[in-house]
Amino acid sequence: MKSSPYSRDGMKTPTVMRWVLAALLPGYLTQIYFFGWGYGVSMLLLLLTAVLVEAGVLAIRKRPVLETLKDSSALVTAALLAIALPPFLPWWMYVMAGSVAVLFGKQLYGGLGFNPFNPAMIAYALLLVSYPVAMSTSWALPLGLAEPADILTASRIIFLGDPLVQLDALSGATPLDTYKSLAGVELSDGIWQKPIFGEHVALGWEWVAMAFGVGGGLLLLKRIITWHIPVCVILGLSVMAMLFGWDPDRSVPIHLHWLGGSLIVGAFFIATDPVSAPTTTLGKCWFGIGIGVLVYVIRAWGNYPDAVAFAVLLMNFTAPLLDQITQPKTFGHQKPNRTLIKVQVK
Amino acid sequence: MTQRHIELHQFPGGICPPTQKALSTSRPIAYPPLAKQLILPIQQHTGMPGRVLVKVGEQVKKGQMLVDAQLPMSVAVHASTSGIITAIDEHWVPHPSGMKDMCIFLEPDGLDESVEYQGYENYLETNPTKLLECIRASGISGLGGAGFPTDIKLKASKIETLIINGAECEPYISADDMLMRERSEDILQGILILLKLTKADVCLVGIEDDKPQAIFAMKQALEKDKDDDTHRVNIVEVPTRYPSGGEKQLIKILTGKEVPSGKLPASIGVLCQNVGTAYAVHQAVALGRPLVSRITTLAGGALSTPMNLEVPLGTPIGHLLEYTGLHQEQLEQLIIGGPLMGFPVKTTSIPITKISNCILATKQGELSTPEQARPCIRCGYCTDVCPAQLLPQQLYWFSTAQEWQKAESHNLFDCIECGACAYVCPSEIPLVQYYRFAKGEIRQDRAATEKSDRARERFEFRNQRIEREKVARAARRQARANTDTKVLSEKPHAKPMDKQPLRSAGAIGDVESESIQSLLVDEAALEAINKKIRMMEDRVGKARERYEMALSDGLDTASALKRALDKQETKLTTLLSERERMMSHSDPAEGKET
Ligand code: SF4
Ligand code: SF4
Repeated sequence: MKSSPYSRDGMKTPTVMRWVLAALLPGYLTQIYFFGWGYGVSMLLLLLTAVLVEAGVLAIRKRPVLETLKDSSALVTAALLAIALPPFLPWWMYVMAGSVAVLFGKQLYGGLGFNPFNPAMIAYALLLVSYPVAMSTSWALPLGLAEPADILTASRIIFLGDPLVQLDALSGATPLDTYKSLAGVELSDGIWQKPIFGEHVALGWEWVAMAFGVGGGLLLLKRIITWHIPVCVILGLSVMAMLFGWDPDRSVPIHLHWLGGSLIVGAFFIATDPVSAPTTTLGKCWFGIGIGVLVYVIRAWGNYPDAVAFAVLLMNFTAPLLDQITQPKTFGHQKPNRTLIKVQVK
Repeated sequence: MTQRHIELHQFPGGICPPTQKALSTSRPIAYPPLAKQLILPIQQHTGMPGRVLVKVGEQVKKGQMLVDAQLPMSVAVHASTSGIITAIDEHWVPHPSGMKDMCIFLEPDGLDESVEYQGYENYLETNPTKLLECIRASGISGLGGAGFPTDIKLKASKIETLIINGAECEPYISADDMLMRERSEDILQGILILLKLTKADVCLVGIEDDKPQAIFAMKQALEKDKDDDTHRVNIVEVPTRYPSGGEKQLIKILTGKEVPSGKLPASIGVLCQNVGTAYAVHQAVALGRPLVSRITTLAGGALSTPMNLEVPLGTPIGHLLEYTGLHQEQLEQLIIGGPLMGFPVKTTSIPITKISNCILATKQGELSTPEQARPCIRCGYCTDVCPAQLLPQQLYWFSTAQEWQKAESHNLFDCIECGACAYVCPSEIPLVQYYRFAKGEIRQDRAATEKSDRARERFEFRNQRIEREKVARAARRQARANTDTKVLSEKPHAKPMDKQPLRSAGAIGDVESESIQSLLVDEAALEAINKKIRMMEDRVGKARERYEMALSDGLDTASALKRALDKQETKLTTLLSERERMMSHSDPAEGKET
């Protein structure tokens, strides 16, 4: 017989996942608006792959397929990948990313809840390491610099690698990359003149980042995530940027760090993936700060265009440890139990 | 009368489920007709059962003592009405494990004839010892849920703050609420008695702010009373937040103090009593009425008239469900207690006891009961609501992986099983079930190690004894051999007339027979004392087990059990030292060896 409590309330896991998907929408739609339908095609490919692979694996593992698919966690992973990956990769890369994320990122560990790493970021990192060129040049140029690709053009690029399409005219490097490669060569004022930065910070990118911020706000409002991780990620990066990157002539300025790449979506949607993050409040704070610092380190001194994936994965390693050493003080105890695993001698 | 301002504190975590109390509070407390049969469990409290005083076939009156309270941790049970004892047998009792226990079956004669009640008129001037005796004789144990013998709890010393728990935080339950609304003056008198007995400086009555009528009634009772002591009583509204009625949580809210883990509230100078208990104390002391009935909430959508009833103890649940109009076809769950901490009803012949505050009969879909559990996504919602500030998802993980040590080091035993974590878990995992299981396993492990430890000790001791005996025997043989050789070797030198060697041989023989004699005596005495020690060891082990169990459950019995344990242990040490003395006495050489 069931034991107490006999009552429950609040969202159920599938609902949580669907809210995450909904919260991604503002940012995602802005992305399509500024960067064209490459994101639409990639999203479709990724969603399809993720669901098919998940269903296949579940069937092989003899798990309830439909019931598990309903938790929608595969969709969240796929959507995050579509948003994070450049929009003009060849189709098989998306299929690969989707499969890797679901298979190696999640199911091989035993499915949802057991994966130590963020599945989407595993796939992202794999692509980044394997195809660095494609990953850094397949970004779309924003509206204002180029006509955003419609569905047909995007499909041609993605599926056929159509030489008829002037890919160069549509795609390029990210603003972060651009600034970084010019810093030290030109003065800050000169760099800012480049059209990719637009009038404010980074043409198109800034709006996308802010739209994701709005979605993140929705998650906070619905209490699906707490503020600790996003705020600490941004805080960690900002402190580093102020310490080491205060000179705009030589390094990327702080507001470009905020709005010119995937920091915001990373802070609100990727770093907050609960499964691979610590669960204690203090642990979340350290986790966020760690990601922020690492993002800066990799962006400033590494060779990769964006750093959120590696930063998140690296901090995923530390999550169990952080959980262990940041246990809260139990009610009625003098001090928290923060020792590493205590071994009782029998 | 001015109310002192009490600064409120917040306990960590907590949830705000819909309170669902309006239905059962819309009617006054009612008195159901007598059931055809009352079933009175001999033990309705935490502690040990008392001695049954009646026989089958005996005619008893209402208020007559059926079970006495001679044993230290026992509580008396009285007849709830007049009638005939028809059986004394095992029956299902309200217990989470759905177990059976000894019960007295009483068939009412319908006259409800009671013994003559004699209370103390001037109870506030009466000798405290007498009052405590009266409370004990009236069979009062905590009516809030834990069921700890009230008089024993009241004997705690150095109490500064008396807390009266009227929070009643669990949804549906409104028994204390109605009691406060309708009988606030009696409750206040009960509080004054408790205040006198505990010698506390201040009394805080904590009531959740969703019970404005109860708060009003209590404040009014306080206004009316012009006793010197009333200025020490404060009615405090506390925010409605589950589990504010948990003893430790309410103490935190009202005093800001945390009861140290594994300790009793008395260790920080606080004593907590439920409003129902205060009422029962007044009834006993002022009117001489033993505890033979209690207020129980009958709630839930499957009842046509949910309400609070004053129920004679021992009334089967089924009788009350019938009285309140149960729609059998709509019934989904039948629960004793509330929806968050209650337990399922095994059969409707289970009786109401001193701790039954609520019977909940829900209709389909009334409670959104957790369904299929999904994997934990480590969202941490459970951590946010845990009033004990644990990491429920880690505990869950350790419990499923059977990593008991880690579960313990993450303070599993500080979990109060309030169910808040499972209430919010988006994956609908029955977390509390896992914690109960883990606790049970760990306790069993502990008991097993303790047992094997004791067995090992006994075995080692036996080996030592055998070894000692062997050595002693060898020594004797050696001694005899020595004297023989001595005699032999001395023979050539000995003159036939010289009696010295003979005498000496004789002397040795005498000494030996003497030592054998004393050894035999010692052996018997030693055996006897060993037997005693073994028994004592067993008893100490059992006492410790009970104590630890109570401690880990946060039961109030812990302090009393601890005292019992200490007593047993002193006895054991006396025995051990006695044995030590005997052994060193009988054989100093061996004494050194051991
Ligand atoms: S609330 Fe449930 S799913 Fe979330 S961390 Fe706790 S146990 Fe896991
Ligand atoms: S049942 Fe235990 S772990 Fe869960 S919230 Fe209550 S105290 Fe915390």
